[in-house]
Amino acid sequence: MHAETEVHFRDAAAKALLDPQLRANFRRAMDGLITKRKAQFPDPRDLQDLRDLSTAIRSRSLLNLPELLEQFEANCTKNGIKVHWAETCEQANELILGIMQAKGAKTLVKGKSMVSEEMHLNAFLESKGIEALESDLGEYIIQLDGETPSHIIMPAIHKNKDQIARQFSQKIKDAKYTEDVDELTAMARKVLRQKFLDADAGLSGVNFAVAETGTLCLVENEGNGRMSTHVPPLHIAVMGLEKVVARLEDVAPLYAILTRSATGQAVSTYFNMITGPRGAGEKDGPQEVHLVILDNGRSRIYADPQLRATLRCIRCGACMNHCPVYTRVGGHAYEAVYPGPIGKILTPQMEGVGVRHDLIHGSSLCGACGEVCPVEIPIPEILVRLRREATHEDLGSTVAGKGTGRTATEDWAWRLWAGVTKRPVLYRIATWFATRFGKALPAGAPLIKNWTQSRTKPVPARRSLSERMRAEGGPHA
Amino acid sequence: MNGSKPKKVYFYGTCLVDLFFPDAGMAGIQLLREAGVEVVFPEGQTCCGQPAFNCGYWEEAREVARTQVALFPQDLPVVLPSGSCAGMMKVHYPELFHGQPDEAKVRAFSARVYELTQFLVDVLDVKLKDLGEPVKVTWHSSCHAVRDLGLKGEPQALIGQLAHVELAPLTREHECCGFGGTFSVRQPEISAAMSCDKAADAEATGASVVLSTDGGCLLNVNGTLEAKNSKLKVQHVAEFLWERTRAR
Ligand code: SF4
Repeated sequence: MHAETEVHFRDAAAKALLDPQLRANFRRAMDGLITKRKAQFPDPRDLQDLRDLSTAIRSRSLLNLPELLEQFEANCTKNGIKVHWAETCEQANELILGIMQAKGAKTLVKGKSMVSEEMHLNAFLESKGIEALESDLGEYIIQLDGETPSHIIMPAIHKNKDQIARQFSQKIKDAKYTEDVDELTAMARKVLRQKFLDADAGLSGVNFAVAETGTLCLVENEGNGRMSTHVPPLHIAVMGLEKVVARLEDVAPLYAILTRSATGQAVSTYFNMITGPRGAGEKDGPQEVHLVILDNGRSRIYADPQLRATLRCIRCGACMNHCPVYTRVGGHAYEAVYPGPIGKILTPQMEGVGVRHDLIHGSSLCGACGEVCPVEIPIPEILVRLRREATHEDLGSTVAGKGTGRTATEDWAWRLWAGVTKRPVLYRIATWFATRFGKALPAGAPLIKNWTQSRTKPVPARRSLSERMRAEGGPHA
Repeated sequence: MNGSKPKKVYFYGTCLVDLFFPDAGMAGIQLLREAGVEVVFPEGQTCCGQPAFNCGYWEEAREVARTQVALFPQDLPVVLPSGSCAGMMKVHYPELFHGQPDEAKVRAFSARVYELTQFLVDVLDVKLKDLGEPVKVTWHSSCHAVRDLGLKGEPQALIGQLAHVELAPLTREHECCGFGGTFSVRQPEISAAMSCDKAADAEATGASVVLSTDGGCLLNVNGTLEAKNSKLKVQHVAEFLWERTRAR
């Protein structure tokens, strides 16, 4: 399994690297996002204060997660929101199907929700004869092409204007070809407006779930989230169980750091707070609100004090925007719902560290992700931890698939390395050979071959530093 | 050290400097001596253990790290011409030895570790005199030097002391050069893309030398520049500083 999947990310990435359009699209987009975020944080101290506060809020929420979830459920119920729990994605899908069937709902219009991507909800509903339409412009664009999001905030960021113009002219009825962004947006809006009005049900994600009030908070820019949650008679929200915070006042700092980190906006265009179905005498809003809370491995991650930090994530996407690997290969190369640095730690924890061994090793550990993360998730440290988990069964953890990424070759190589490196005499002999014959090593030798794909062969110096210090007879211990 | 400048230090060459950049190692030692410090270079130095640590093979990393720590028994600063290895020894050794019987001993060792430029600026407060011809250089930040070890512009401060050296800023100075140890051979295509961009950014500065504090980055950028027959050279900052301050 491991040898097979190892090539996975490398191959997909290598293919992506050959697409100059894709590389240009990502580089331009990511450079833009980095600049915009930077402009939002002119004072590094203010940024650090806000990060400290946000990290503390998320950590505290997780520390009290079971109690907060209970409180949240009770308050939601009090507000008239029907709460459902799902351990697996299959269960969550079935729950949603059941909710829709009970109301006789046949069409669903969706706001953006990464959890529903995690569940592969659209494909599931389609197989049951239910139409699910994405209403976020980016999601709508990729849905037209049968693609998955390549970024958690900007799902269609891999496409440029021309590509979208071509796609719209082919796939939207009566659409003419135009590269004018406003016209393109208007085209999508026209299709979606009618869908909002006609849909039997609307689905949304949840950015923050407030325990003390039983409120669902939704951050969005297009107004489609509001349309999806207010116009259809039935609203179904889905969230991962880690999304809960204790108090309403916890939301403000998280919201402030989320929009700034994500798109470089001080505030988003819309911020929705949903506290239940339409009340008596109210003019709008759904008649029923359901909430599906998904586990899908989260409680296992929660059980580990170090890995728990993964659940602090507020899905801002800053780690991918700043990742030198993501910037070059784009989101699809990861072949995972969550791409980029957060995906590299989250996906293996959900799917198993052996199965996604390829992702764990797809990082140079440069640390840019950890440096930028607004809730200070130590992504590189967690990657190294997962690399240990993948090769060790006996670390006493609850990590899925631990030990299954181990190969005899790698094991042997590290043992050999340690055997030589801890014995100065052997090490000295090895460096002596390297300095004398390093030049003669064939450029086609296994690891050297990978190196020399794009670089000249490194040639050791004629005399090592240790040798020169010995020859110098300088002060030795 | 009671606030006074130490008279004697240990020098840890690191495996990449030992094998590929011995001149940089020698230069680092000379810079320290020039500042009036006696340098002890213990025999038996091999590798700080970072490659195994980063790949998740912590038992192997610990075996090697133990042999290294044992080479520095006296309470003297340990100075390294590498931000990455200094970060390993200073920041990651305590993690690596967490809960081990020799944790306290290793922590005491880690507390004495310094990267070379950090030591020259923060501890020795050296003042350099530039004896070289005018030259334009650029600076590549090593990820581990900045993000693991927390280097705060000490190398740039030293370069800034040189009267005839112009430091041209590198676009995306803090972006990884694509080395990442085993990453460069596990993901050769992505690594190559990163290295080529770094090399192109460096060339675009119009500098004649790219400086860095890490052997890994230097090896990587150098190999990439050589492969495209670039006129641009790479050099370890220690070697550069030593050359500039030495009368020919
Ligand atoms: S890991 Fe951090 S930076 Fe990445 S999406 Fe989550 S909160 Fe944002």
